[in-house]
Amino acid sequence: MANFYTDNPDLKHHLNHPLMRKIVELKERNYTDAEKYDYAPFDFEDAMDSYEKVLEIVGEICGTTIADNAESVDHQGPRVENGRVIYADATQENIELCRKAGLMGMAMPRRFGGLNFPITPYIMAADIVSRADTGFENLWGLQDCAETIYEFADEDQKQRYITRVCAGETMSMDLTEPDAGSDLQSVMLKATPQEDGTWLLNGVKRFITNGDSDIHLVLARSEEGTKDGRGLSMFIYDKRNGGVTVRRIENKMGIKGSPTCELVYKNAKAELCGSRRLGLIKYVMALMNGARLGIAAQSVGVSEIAYREALAYAKDRCQFGKAIINFPAVGEILSTMKAKLDASRSLLYTTARFVDMYKIYEDIAKERTLTPEERAEMKYYSKLADACTPLGKGMSSEFCNQNAYDCIQIHGGSGFMKDYACERVYRDARITSIYEGTTQLQVVAAIRHVTTGTYSNFIKELDAVEYAESLKPLQAKLQAMTSVYEAAVSKVSEAKDTSYTDFHARRMVEMAGHIIMGYLLLDDANRNEEFAKSARNYVRFGEAEVTRHADFINKFDVASQADYSYTE
Amino acid sequence: MSLNIVVLAKQVPDTRNVGKDAMKADGTINRAALPAIFNPEDLNALEQALRLKDEHPGSKITILTMGLPRAAEVIREGLYRGADTGIVLTDRALGGADTLATSYSLAAAVRHLKDFDIIIGGRQAIDGDTAQVGPQIAEKLGLPQVTYAEEVSVKDGKATIKRRIEKGSETVEAPLPLVVTVNGSAAPCRPRNARLIQKYKYAVTPSEKATLNEAQLARLEGRDYLNLMEWSAADVNADPAQIGLNGSPTKVKTIVNVVFTAKESKQLDGADEAGIEELVQELIANHTIG
Repeated sequence: MANFYTDNPDLKHHLNHPLMRKIVELKERNYTDAEKYDYAPFDFEDAMDSYEKVLEIVGEICGTTIADNAESVDHQGPRVENGRVIYADATQENIELCRKAGLMGMAMPRRFGGLNFPITPYIMAADIVSRADTGFENLWGLQDCAETIYEFADEDQKQRYITRVCAGETMSMDLTEPDAGSDLQSVMLKATPQEDGTWLLNGVKRFITNGDSDIHLVLARSEEGTKDGRGLSMFIYDKRNGGVTVRRIENKMGIKGSPTCELVYKNAKAELCGSRRLGLIKYVMALMNGARLGIAAQSVGVSEIAYREALAYAKDRCQFGKAIINFPAVGEILSTMKAKLDASRSLLYTTARFVDMYKIYEDIAKERTLTPEERAEMKYYSKLADACTPLGKGMSSEFCNQNAYDCIQIHGGSGFMKDYACERVYRDARITSIYEGTTQLQVVAAIRHVTTGTYSNFIKELDAVEYAESLKPLQAKLQAMTSVYEAAVSKVSEAKDTSYTDFHARRMVEMAGHIIMGYLLLDDANRNEEFAKSARNYVRFGEAEVTRHADFINKFDVASQADYSYTE
Repeated sequence: MSLNIVVLAKQVPDTRNVGKDAMKADGTINRAALPAIFNPEDLNALEQALRLKDEHPGSKITILTMGLPRAAEVIREGLYRGADTGIVLTDRALGGADTLATSYSLAAAVRHLKDFDIIIGGRQAIDGDTAQVGPQIAEKLGLPQVTYAEEVSVKDGKATIKRRIEKGSETVEAPLPLVVTVNGSAAPCRPRNARLIQKYKYAVTPSEKATLNEAQLARLEGRDYLNLMEWSAADVNADPAQIGLNGSPTKVKTIVNVVFTAKESKQLDGADEAGIEELVQELIANHTIG
């Protein structure tokens, strides 16, 4: 029986990162929960052992039932009957299984029935689930929304809703509308206050993942007459109250098991979550950061399955009298896929740890005043998380698309047929670089970390690590790449033209990404020589990419931009 | 009404993924080469027990296993899925038992437990494939038995059981207490649960406890549910003459590793209906189907 945790030792490597000790100690507040809860850890080793044991459960469920169900879910898909979503049969089975295994509300505190896991092992579960069935990762991963309730709702709401999520109820985040996709400031769904303190919601939401969930977070316009983001608030809609129906579900290219709904709100009773007017500018931004990390995990899961399917086929398929894996052209594709997979995963867990560090401090700050050192540390990690989240989401989602493409390429003509999993992987991959902000929007979020130097500072820190002698040549390459990157950034900055900076933004963000991921793999190889090959391959690949982008920027003047512009 | 449920479980070598080194030269199983697992049909049995517990809150599930001290792992696996406690029946004197001696020993353990309403086990274990132990326990305890069960429910002191029969299923009713053996076609067992695995991962039998250091022992303090029971043959008042090798009339003379080889083949041509008819007749004639 396959176990998607134990068959992948890379996961254990990332789980056992040195920073985990501090994360777990802070998260568990010196392990005081052990006195109150029979499943709380006694100490660091105990906690880590528990994460592993739970990830083994995730790996077992995923390696057997969920992976086996993926094909039938893709074929059957969900449907709408009388305004309600009916999941594919196997999707229902998957949800039941996750519920019974207690895998909902993993990151929520124990007092609400959660497992109180840090983000890092939770994200690892998402990585594993996505490898088994990428579309199902959405349904399972929407438990993330409970985080928003935990951070911003009042205690009574937390008690009422988070406990239900931990017991297995599903969630959705109802943000986008027909005329408000990437531009959420244009949200029109109307929220009208009632005398009893509740609100009534009216309007339409579109492209809502799992839109018929039990508990919805809804972005709506609470301030009549406003037109921008400052008039929007966040609401909690409970399906038990009624008022929202599913008009239709989209017929999608991939992640077909995950219902994407158009919702009609007719006097749907809802509760305000947090403060008025902060819906978009504060809560959605927090929600989106969590969701983006989730998509980065989903992307890594896609890269993993793409690589494994390609590797298995290349070993099995014989042409010209030998398995095709023996041909250098195939070997290069596979090695590059693995390098991209390892690089994405390394950045994913680096980011997850940064998120853990600042979020746990934020949580502790609700209980007591942080010391100046703690506050400084929180700010430090918060900034890094902010810089790494869009970078990771952007790079990993593009890489998983490339890996899915290469997976089909390895399969040759058979990969173009519907007979192998790779065609599903290819379709499932495609959305990752679009939803929760397109790659272009990740670049918008990331570019300020290029211009303000967050990435450069992070690179300096990574360069200050003492690397093994055998890795020093790679470090020298990364140092040279950094100089090339910084020269290109200077050239663009010197023009002092925002549209020129925007034009080259993606190139510069990618350059930073290649260097950072190269260093992270170097650090992995420093602790575990299994990563040395991927580190060498990734740095080789990244070096060529950085050179290419720098060349483009260096040969490009402001005037050339006119060749790329369109008007309506 | 709450029920006292005993689940019979066996730790078995995983014969589903047999490699080249699965058999020793003398024809016996090389247990070291095969991972020890919870016997698959015993997991189906556990699921039925858990469903009874869901139906009847307050019910208690006790897992009873006979084997080496390391069979405690089976108990923990059961706890992770929702069982309440467990007993390992272990004793050197119990070694080498055939089904007769096994059922005698397990029956003695059940008798020693005193309180039980229903005893549920898997139809058979994948290492022996005899399907004899469950029914023999029922005989020895003088209880009614229902075999090949797929669904078990209890109401008003009576059990209703849907059982698999050759060409369908039948539903029977039986008084409590009784013995039920569950078929592999019954619902699969629910997964291990994230909270329960954290709660019970330190559960130990007395012999395991004896190997723990101080820090490990400290974790057990005030947590009685982490103490699993371990019974010897004497604890359950078993007659030494009827247990283990002494109590086993079955003698294995030899075990032969049979490798199937094709001796003859027959080719049928024709892709039309007549051709398919001919193929079907041929398969019926040599008892492959029908």
